[in-house]
Formats: sequence, C-alpha cells, structure tokens
Amino acid sequence: MSAAPKHAPTMAQMSLAERLAPYAPILLVIGLVIAGFVAIPATSSWLTLTVSGLAMGMMIFIMASGLTLVFGLMDVINFGHGAFVSVGAFVGVSLLLLLEHMTGAPNLLWNLTALMVAIVGAMAATGLMGYAFERVIVKPVYGHHLKQILVTMGGLIVVEQLIIVLWGPEEIYITRPESLKGAITFAGAALEKYRLVAVAIGLVVFLAMRYTLRRTKIGLIVRAGVENGEMVQALGYNLRMVFIGVFVAGSALAGLGGVLWGLYQEVITAHMGNQTMILVFIVVIIGGLGSVEGCFIGALMVGLMQNYVAFLEPKAALISNIALMVAILMWRPMGMIPVVKAK
Amino acid sequence: MSDPILKLEGVFTNIAQYHILQGVELTVPRGEVTMLLGRNGVGKTTTLRTIIGHWRAHQGSVMFDGQDITKLPTPAIARAGIGFVPEDMGIFADLTVEENMILAAVSGAIDETRLQWLFTVFPALETFWKKDAGTLSGGQKQMLSIARAMIEERALYLIDEPTKGLAPAIITTMARAIKELKQQGASILLVEQNFAVAKALGDSANVMDDGRMTWSGQMAELTQDAELQERLMGLSMETH
Repeated sequence: MSAAPKHAPTMAQMSLAERLAPYAPILLVIGLVIAGFVAIPATSSWLTLTVSGLAMGMMIFIMASGLTLVFGLMDVINFGHGAFVSVGAFVGVSLLLLLEHMTGAPNLLWNLTALMVAIVGAMAATGLMGYAFERVIVKPVYGHHLKQILVTMGGLIVVEQLIIVLWGPEEIYITRPESLKGAITFAGAALEKYRLVAVAIGLVVFLAMRYTLRRTKIGLIVRAGVENGEMVQALGYNLRMVFIGVFVAGSALAGLGGVLWGLYQEVITAHMGNQTMILVFIVVIIGGLGSVEGCFIGALMVGLMQNYVAFLEPKAALISNIALMVAILMWRPMGMIPVVKAK
Repeated sequence: MSDPILKLEGVFTNIAQYHILQGVELTVPRGEVTMLLGRNGVGKTTTLRTIIGHWRAHQGSVMFDGQDITKLPTPAIARAGIGFVPEDMGIFADLTVEENMILAAVSGAIDETRLQWLFTVFPALETFWKKDAGTLSGGQKQMLSIARAMIEERALYLIDEPTKGLAPAIITTMARAIKELKQQGASILLVEQNFAVAKALGDSANVMDDGRMTWSGQMAELTQDAELQERLMGLSMETH
C-alpha cells in the first residue's frame, strides 16, 4: 500500500486569553472567594462563611448532578427530582433515629458508621424509587417537555403526600451525631465539623463521578450520549438502559443529598426537596445543562454567593443567586461549561 | 451470485407527514461496493437511516444477512454487524480522538493491529490521538468517523457522503480507505455525490428519485452511458 500524504501540521502558541478561557469558570469561583474576602470585614467570619458556602455548594451539587445528566442524556426535565431529596432525608433520618445508641455515643467511628448506614439506606431507597419513577412516570412522556413538567410535578406531589402518610405531617427535628456537633477553631474562625464532613463527602462524590465519566467506558457512553445519543445507538449501545442507570444513580445521589441537607438544617419536612429545587435548578442552568463539571462549579458559586450575601445583606440572598444566573447566562447563554449538542 | 448481504423490499418511510421513501427496492451484494446515487432530497440518507433503524419503515422489509432487522432497535442492528458513518459524521466533539475510538470498539478493548493499520490509512488520527475531536478539521473529522466504523470488523458499512466538502488530497485518502475495506471482504453501501469517486469505487449502482429506485445495474454500465446519466440524474458525469 502506498503511504498516505505525510502529515506535518504546524502548531502555533495560543494567546493568553484563549488559553485561559477553559479555566474561566474555576477562576470565577476563586474571584468570588476573593470578592468575599474584600467585602467581609473580619477574616474569621470570611473563613467560616467560605467553609459554610462550600459545604452548601457540595450538597447542592450532589442533589443537582443527577438532574443535569438526566436532562443532558435524554432531554428529560424532571421536576420531581426534589421528591428523592425528601425521601432520602426521611429514610436516612429514620435510620439515624433507630441507631441512636451509635449516634449518641461520643465516638467518631461509631458516629460515622451510623451516618454511613443512613446514607447507604437512603441511597438504596431512593435508587429503587428512581427506578420505579422512571418506569411509571417518566417513560410514557419521553420527548414531550410540557407533559414531563406536569407529570413529574404530579409525581412530586404524590411522593410528598406519601411521606406525610408514612411519617406524619409534623416536621422532624434531629440532632447530628455526637462527634459531628460543634465546631473546630482554625485561624480564629469557627468551622462547623459537620460542614467539613459535608465538604469531604461532596468532594469524594465529585471525584468519583469525574473518574467514572472520564475513565470508564460507561462514562464515555454517557458523555457521548449527552452529545449525540443517536450515534451512540448506531455504534451498538443501548442508550435507554444507560439512561435508566443514570436516572437511578441520579436519584440515589439526590437521596444522599437529602440526608446531608437534613442533617445540615437539623430539621426535615416533606417539602424540603421541593424547596431546594430552586437552588438546584439555578445550579443546573448556570453550569450548562448536561455538564457535571459545570454543575459542580455552579454549585460552589451558588453556595458561596448565598452565604456571603446572607451575611452582608440577608434579604438579598436568593435574589443574588438569580442575579448570578442572569449574569452568567448573559456571558455564556448555554451555561458556564456548555455541552456541545449535535443536531 | 451468492445471496445478498442486505435486501430492502418495498420500504416506505414517513417522517412526520412527509412520505420520504415510497417503496424502495435495494439489493447489496456481498463483498462489493454498492453505490446509492441520486439528486439531493430524493431519500438516499433516509434509506441509510431506515436500515440502521433511526427511522422506522412503515411498510416493507429490511433483511440483513438472512435476518429480518426491520423492527430491531438500532443498537441490535449495529451489533448484528452494520457499521454506520452518518452524513454529519456523528463525531463526539467533547471526547478525544482516542475516546471516540474506544467507544467505537463495542465488543471490548481496541484491537492494536487493526488500530495500527488505521493509523497508516489515516495518519492524522495518530497525530491528534489525545486531542478533542471537536478541534479537528472537517477532513480529519470525516477520517475519524470512518475509522470509528472500521475499528471493528463489520459485515456491512453504510457510508453517507464521505467526501462532501473535502479537499482532493483527502478524498483520495477516503477512497483508498474504502477500497481497503472492500479488499478485506466487507460489503459497502455508499452514498456519494462525487461522480469521480463513485466511478472509481462502485461495483454496482442504484439511482433514486422521489423516494424510489429508478435504476439498478452495474456501475460500469452507468458510467459509459451519458444519456442514461442525464435521464436519471439530470446531469452527466462528464460535466460533474
């Protein structure tokens, strides 16, 4: 065989702006932290708020990551996602209440074991529920956005009412496991232990998701499917099965988010999932629909923004996040890390 | 002649309210390059998309290697042994060239020998192996798209306008790749507007108009008859 034409491309150095562009979203987070540092008078308060913002951001990320993938992969808008957050919280908290002898003892290992049991239980319950939700509620409305919104909202209401039937209408107050109570002092700032744990769990989830999406074949299928599902099918992969898997995983993550959020607020209600959905949707939109990295960075920004502004001007907290979303959409209309959609 | 690898009988495909295919009859013999020709908008792409299952035939049958695939889901059709190179190339722009190829190797890890062979056919793939596929040029994307279909052996390849908008040097590379594929024993159904390429590659030809086949025969017969070309496609190869 004769050789193909010799391939010798020339490569030119990109300009600084071009090289920085991919890092712009992460630079924005750093910029926000610096802005907080400038605006907040006491360094110790700033540090406390930053950790608090990061913890909140991580929890929102855990809840939002499934939603963004579900939308990216199958164009499904799931307004019922909040139901998994609520159910996760109720199942997790119920388990914690059952394990009171473990959570009440001032023993870190026992406390963390109890927390793990609660998390695994909540994720198993919401994962199973996600499977049923996909089969019964979402499957019949593929391809119809309006129907999806109506039907998934209906599903949310049904689940909320079921929670009230099973657990009663009262909100449930909970105390955190003994060794996660209180704060540690670092550089003069009080850092709540529980928030540090939430940050750690959030980081682990993010890194695990990133690894799965970047280094495994199933992750490649998901990423490729978000971009061009038709082609993934033409290569021979059953995208519908992959989607169900993602839906179940996303629901289980929402359940995990619910447990963490419930312990963060120290009170749970049937409507808590629905209430967090406002922030979750802001994060999904800011990040770019279908982008897990965008979702992560968006969640950190929203968490930090919420905490800084709530400290400086409490009434402006939610407005500030909506303003942030508007500003980011003006800058990048498809979100910070837009997912390329073939079509 | 042995039994054909692919046979379409009386295929009707509607897209929304449009009746695009209206009784397509098509036979793709084993081990040959079969051309699917015709003007724009006559249903060539729809024919390929119906075979792979992106569109559903409302009537008629698609037989592949003795198996009725008319109603099979797309992934099952692909796994039965059909490689598809769509007109828009279907590149995953967010994935690297390497990841695109890993994904294309459906049955497991990439076969190293086959990959090295593909690198000799498409050297650009090796150069840009770790780059995002979205940053490739049009020609390189087309090479990737074809290489992706070729990374595992398939009995039949459906290739939609592989030379569209490409520079002559790259067209030569494409044509050589398709020839090599044929030499390995694969059957190919090729949609092509570039007549020089069609003439060089095609064993048999099928001409479509208005959603049905208007002529089927040997490519050589068509290339020699300017009047026939004029009548079937409104142009002759000489002017093209």
